[in-house]
Amino acid sequence: MKRQIPLIIIITMGFMFVAHSFIPHKVSADFFDWFQDWVKAVSPFAVSLGIMSLFMVHGTKIKRKVPNWQYSVITLSGLIFTALAGFIWGTHVGTPYMWLFENVQMPMSATMFALLAFYIASAAYKAFRARSAEATVLLIAAVIVMLGQVPLGAMISKWIPEASTWILNVPNLAAKRAIMIGVGLGITATSLKILLGIERTYLGGGD
Amino acid sequence: MFETISNFVAAFLTLSIFSFLYKDNPFYKFAEALLVGVSMGYAIPLVYENVFLPYVYSPIFLSHKFIIIIPALLGSLYMFRFSKNLGWLARYPIVFGLSIVGMSVPMSIHSSVLVQMRSAMLPIDGINTALIFIGTITILLYFFFSKAHKGIYGKVTNVGIWFMMIGFGASFGYTVMARVSLLIGRIQFLLGDWLGLVK
Repeated sequence: MKRQIPLIIIITMGFMFVAHSFIPHKVSADFFDWFQDWVKAVSPFAVSLGIMSLFMVHGTKIKRKVPNWQYSVITLSGLIFTALAGFIWGTHVGTPYMWLFENVQMPMSATMFALLAFYIASAAYKAFRARSAEATVLLIAAVIVMLGQVPLGAMISKWIPEASTWILNVPNLAAKRAIMIGVGLGITATSLKILLGIERTYLGGGD
Repeated sequence: MFETISNFVAAFLTLSIFSFLYKDNPFYKFAEALLVGVSMGYAIPLVYENVFLPYVYSPIFLSHKFIIIIPALLGSLYMFRFSKNLGWLARYPIVFGLSIVGMSVPMSIHSSVLVQMRSAMLPIDGINTALIFIGTITILLYFFFSKAHKGIYGKVTNVGIWFMMIGFGASFGYTVMARVSLLIGRIQFLLGDWLGLVK
């Protein structure tokens, strides 16, 4: 019963949502409003799950003194200090919480993504060395699109921005459209599997 | 003075992360661990202020809508996820939130399949519309694995691969530009805001 009741809930409510999509009745609209109110009340508790998970993972590392456990202390200290700063001094501009965001979180996350510029360049070089026709086409398209976005492209040739626009509007559109159709069919199939109780991995292990 | 200290902290953390380009080192590990903690710590007060207070606290304690106690209790069942004996209780808030998949069946069919198909079925009035049509069909055929990709069918699906490679190249180019833009932003910060070399 520990698995069957949740399955009954998701199948029943899932089909009610299918019906809601096709029946524009007040009862259907009220059902959706009720769900939205309730799901918003449920959702903040999911964050507590993430916090618990982080504390359990890093707490265990610290307790067992595993190699590099000191970094777990930094992670947990950063979490506690930032959260406390938000609760004590508020989250508006000019508070220690926003100082941490502007001078710690934002520079680090931006740099982390900027690092990828170097690794993407290295990946492009490896793709170029692969010397396959497909990899070459990919790289040529990428170079044209990149040059088409900056003034350098127009300085090299007036055709580069036009070629870039054409790539984006024609072959890229065809690829995105076909992939979008595939993704849509995939979402539908997965949703149906959940609705019909075929896909049950979200229930987790155990009884 | 305060701004100088703030810039110094941001510059130190920026350089700590860039140090990974040389190799994994304690400065990078320190910045990485701090980023995880601060990012999570940043989210907690935001969720509390923007979700918990308006949708849990205010309805129950200010508007006296005591019915909201039920979803609040349902949400608190998430805590049992790590319990060996009571872990099954966490399934209830999960299935409650996941039941929205019922809506995603007609919605994904409409927005991702039907709308895209309708856009693909425009009159072929030029070379570009013909290329878009051929590209869409050949890529879809490439993802049809019930027939072996051999002979004429293999050649047709090969055309789909070429279209996809151009599409991936365009996405790759855009991603590179976005990352380089971020890199320029960080270098501008280091050379301008921090060192004052660039105005």
